[in-house]
Amino acid sequence: MNEQLLDYTLRLADTALILGHRLSEWCGHAPALEQDIALSNIALDHIGQARNYYQYAAKIQNMGKTEDDLAYFRDERAYRNLLLVELPNGDFGKTLMRQFLYDAYHVPFLELLQSSKDENLAAIAAKSLKEARYHLQWSAEWVIRLGDGTAYSHQRVQQALNELWRFTGELITPNTIDSFLRSYEISADLNQVQLAWEKTVLEVLKRATLVVPTQKWMQKGGKEGIHTESLGYILAEMQHLQRTHPNCNW
Amino acid sequence: MNLTIIWQLLETVCDPEVPVLSILDLGIVRDVAQIKEQIVITITPTYSGCPAMNVIEMDIRGVLGAAGFKNIAIKNVLSPAWTTDWLSEQGKNKLKAYGIAPPVESSGHVRVLFGRSPVVECPQCGSKKTQMVSLFGSTACKAMYQCLDCLEPFDYFKCLK
Repeated sequence: MNEQLLDYTLRLADTALILGHRLSEWCGHAPALEQDIALSNIALDHIGQARNYYQYAAKIQNMGKTEDDLAYFRDERAYRNLLLVELPNGDFGKTLMRQFLYDAYHVPFLELLQSSKDENLAAIAAKSLKEARYHLQWSAEWVIRLGDGTAYSHQRVQQALNELWRFTGELITPNTIDSFLRSYEISADLNQVQLAWEKTVLEVLKRATLVVPTQKWMQKGGKEGIHTESLGYILAEMQHLQRTHPNCNW
Repeated sequence: MNLTIIWQLLETVCDPEVPVLSILDLGIVRDVAQIKEQIVITITPTYSGCPAMNVIEMDIRGVLGAAGFKNIAIKNVLSPAWTTDWLSEQGKNKLKAYGIAPPVESSGHVRVLFGRSPVVECPQCGSKKTQMVSLFGSTACKAMYQCLDCLEPFDYFKCLK
């Protein structure tokens, strides 16, 4: 069971790290100072959450590795993050939409994970949940503001929604690891997450006057390490220093 | 050994980002215990990514070390998760005097979506006519507000429950 638990914990860690990394790319570039600060704060929360998951993953692995080894010395195929979070930022509207689609999943996911039979995951989830609620409030309000804003902002976020939609199925579709750990009441029940996710997404998109895409086909693979072309570039940038000068310090 | 002295020393360790608060005001010291010759201090982070935690650990070692306590272990725990309910009354008063509005008690459940922002009193003039400028501020634990009477911008130490 350790093998599955490690895979699951790494998925949570990788997803948090990659999303945090993506959001941090906005630092100094957001359209307004307040939103620049908001994006950096949210990035920091995700990276903090990633550290907690990586520290736990290193313990499960029990091979004397650290959180840094796990983040910096694994290749693309070993990464287990959800595809949605590795997609490029695009414009501010696309980043916002990606964040909203993720937050609407992240909050109910953590609400369930905090009752996990694995007490470490439960503790990290309970901690992260308080932060995720603020993220969702922020991203949902922005989706509404841009969707129900000008004709141009509406068109831009609608386009973002259409482009991102096919990456949302993976959030709420269990793979073999999810199902296996579900039988031990360790992983979150994604059927319940799905219900909550759909409710939030439909409500917010309606308020934002956006049209829910009808596309049914969903892209998957992140949970198994099969990624889009974007992940390799992120890892190249993120891991470059440690790969060049292994274990270097400040 | 009487651990009161340790608690007294910890009272002098400040949050590097909100230096008016001691780590006891902040409620992040969860336990002080003696295990054989070692003093074990248990702390919990406010936010997962709080960059102050490393500095706080170093400061604890510094203050206790200077008082002659060298054999120290600092343990980080996540559960139960920190909440602004653990801010002491003294801490809230200190915040206000410093110009940061303390967290406003919300009634029980945190509203996630479309919740109206709480009525936050301006720490400068006491007016309740204030508005939120941004949900996120200069540190993870703060939001940005503005007073509509005296027009001063100010930080609000946001509720975390």
